[in-house]
Amino acid sequence: MSAAPGRPQASSHRSAQHEGTPVIPPVLLSARRAGKAFVHQGQPRWACRGVSFDLYPGEVLAVVGESGSGKSTLLRLLAARLACDEGSVHYDVRAESSEKSGNESTGLVDLAELSEARLRWLARTDWGFVEQHARDGLRMNVSGGANVGERLMALGARHYGHLRSEASSWMQRVELDTGRIDDLPATYSGGMQQRLQIARNLVTHPRLVFMDEPTTGLDVSVQARLLDLLRELVDELQLAAVVVTHDLAVARLLAQRMLVMKDGQVVEQGLTDRVLDDPQHPYTQLLVSSVLTP
Amino acid sequence: MMDTHYNFAFLDERTKKRIRRALLKAVAVPGYQVPFGSREMPFAYGWGTGGVQITASLIGLSDVLKVIDQGADDTTNAVNIRRFFARTTGVTTTEKTREATLIQTRHRIPEMPLTESQILVYQVPMPEPMSRLEPSRRETIKMHALSEYGLMHVRLYEDIAQLGAISRAYDYPVMVNERYLMSPSPIPKFDNPKMHMNPALQLFGAGREKRLYAIPPYTQVRSLDFEDHPFEVQRWDHACALCGASESYLDEMIVDDAGSRLFVCSDSDYCEERRDAGHVGTQQAVTLHDALATPPEAVTPNEQEAA
Repeated sequence: MSAAPGRPQASSHRSAQHEGTPVIPPVLLSARRAGKAFVHQGQPRWACRGVSFDLYPGEVLAVVGESGSGKSTLLRLLAARLACDEGSVHYDVRAESSEKSGNESTGLVDLAELSEARLRWLARTDWGFVEQHARDGLRMNVSGGANVGERLMALGARHYGHLRSEASSWMQRVELDTGRIDDLPATYSGGMQQRLQIARNLVTHPRLVFMDEPTTGLDVSVQARLLDLLRELVDELQLAAVVVTHDLAVARLLAQRMLVMKDGQVVEQGLTDRVLDDPQHPYTQLLVSSVLTP
Repeated sequence: MMDTHYNFAFLDERTKKRIRRALLKAVAVPGYQVPFGSREMPFAYGWGTGGVQITASLIGLSDVLKVIDQGADDTTNAVNIRRFFARTTGVTTTEKTREATLIQTRHRIPEMPLTESQILVYQVPMPEPMSRLEPSRRETIKMHALSEYGLMHVRLYEDIAQLGAISRAYDYPVMVNERYLMSPSPIPKFDNPKMHMNPALQLFGAGREKRLYAIPPYTQVRSLDFEDHPFEVQRWDHACALCGASESYLDEMIVDDAGSRLFVCSDSDYCEERRDAGHVGTQQAVTLHDALATPPEAVTPNEQEAA
């Protein structure tokens, strides 16, 4: 995949900006020809290969494609849940100690070079991961409030009252009834579970959220409300997000840019409106033309 | 007298040596669960096979052994294990805490403070404190390695949210030396503070789970809690009916159909020693209001009307 002209350098140190031009913030997440193969009957099969892009703070990137095209594998590579077999993924890791003015970045770091402890720390502080099935992302045997508070407790919060008020304020933000704070997630509806999962991920104010088909499996009106909520939160918290979806409408609503994948390859990438209104690759054209309009 | 058909303390010398090596590692890393090759013992699992193997590997001819089961020396488990070691080693056994050099215990720590010359061996059914929360053994090992113990607090949070207080009364999780989260075995949380800075060596053995761990003498042991819900031990409104002790852990026994309760020390040796020293309790059961019958609030107004 070399069809991304004018891509910025992976290095976090940019040359001085020309006067008058807006200052581009440093890249947050950068994939460089990332690929993952699964061995099948002794032969490697590339689930995705040669994926390169840069993601900037506050930007939402949609990854679309049919099922089996490697979208979810790509997402797992980006979130370091799988290791790259080829290429690399880099992330702008913040300095660990909180005494150092919070946002001090150490530049782009290859995720493969980070220790497992550091990756797990990243995954529960600076990242969020919204699973397709809320049950996979929630702890089903403890209450909604405990689900929201879990990350805070992992970071050392030891005051019950504070944890509880934080949990109820986040439940309000994702439009959950705070009266349900002590109920088990299994008693929540599908849409509520998905919103609880989002609250649970955002409680540590991550900079980057990975979402795997966040609206699939919800009925249309609930989908619309969830998308509305996601759009608001992304905007309000200046979240960067990588959203995997097969629903072009979700991509249109949420994302500024999109990648189109087919058979593990990125066949087209660009601004969402450009890709959807003027698809270049035959597969993208097919995808866009096959959307049902009532 | 020792039964010479068995090796000293039942296990062969190599097995005992291997267990001692594992114990050395456990002592070097307080609270860390060391895997060991647990042997089949002539006991059923759940009857203290882990503790018995540790005791067997440590016991010597000059040792004096005491065995406790739920605080008492005369219950089935205690009697059997004591007899087992008397038969296979011939060492002196005792019921007196102060005379013992080696104490194997199930579910209690003696009330009498231990000394540097004593070793306390616990029988542990489930060594992993997070087993109920995280089913994957692989994952809990990783959590211990990275000191990720937020999950345990999730459990405590859930207790407070659902029940208003941390409801766990036994096997209350502790942090050892501010590094490893540890299950103290099913001792009442009343005994947790006794583990902190204890002069005796404390060893824990889980036979079925094939793990052992240790708290070396004078090690910090902290019970987990929240800042606004601090750790507390059980307290009783009554004193021991036999010896009048008000500071000990009390067993509550229902003695008649009316629900009268007799409160007595769970530690039988402690109680006896106090009685020998001349302390006397009320010698009678207490009539308690039956919580399941009509609640007192519902009764009072009628009584006032009648009056």
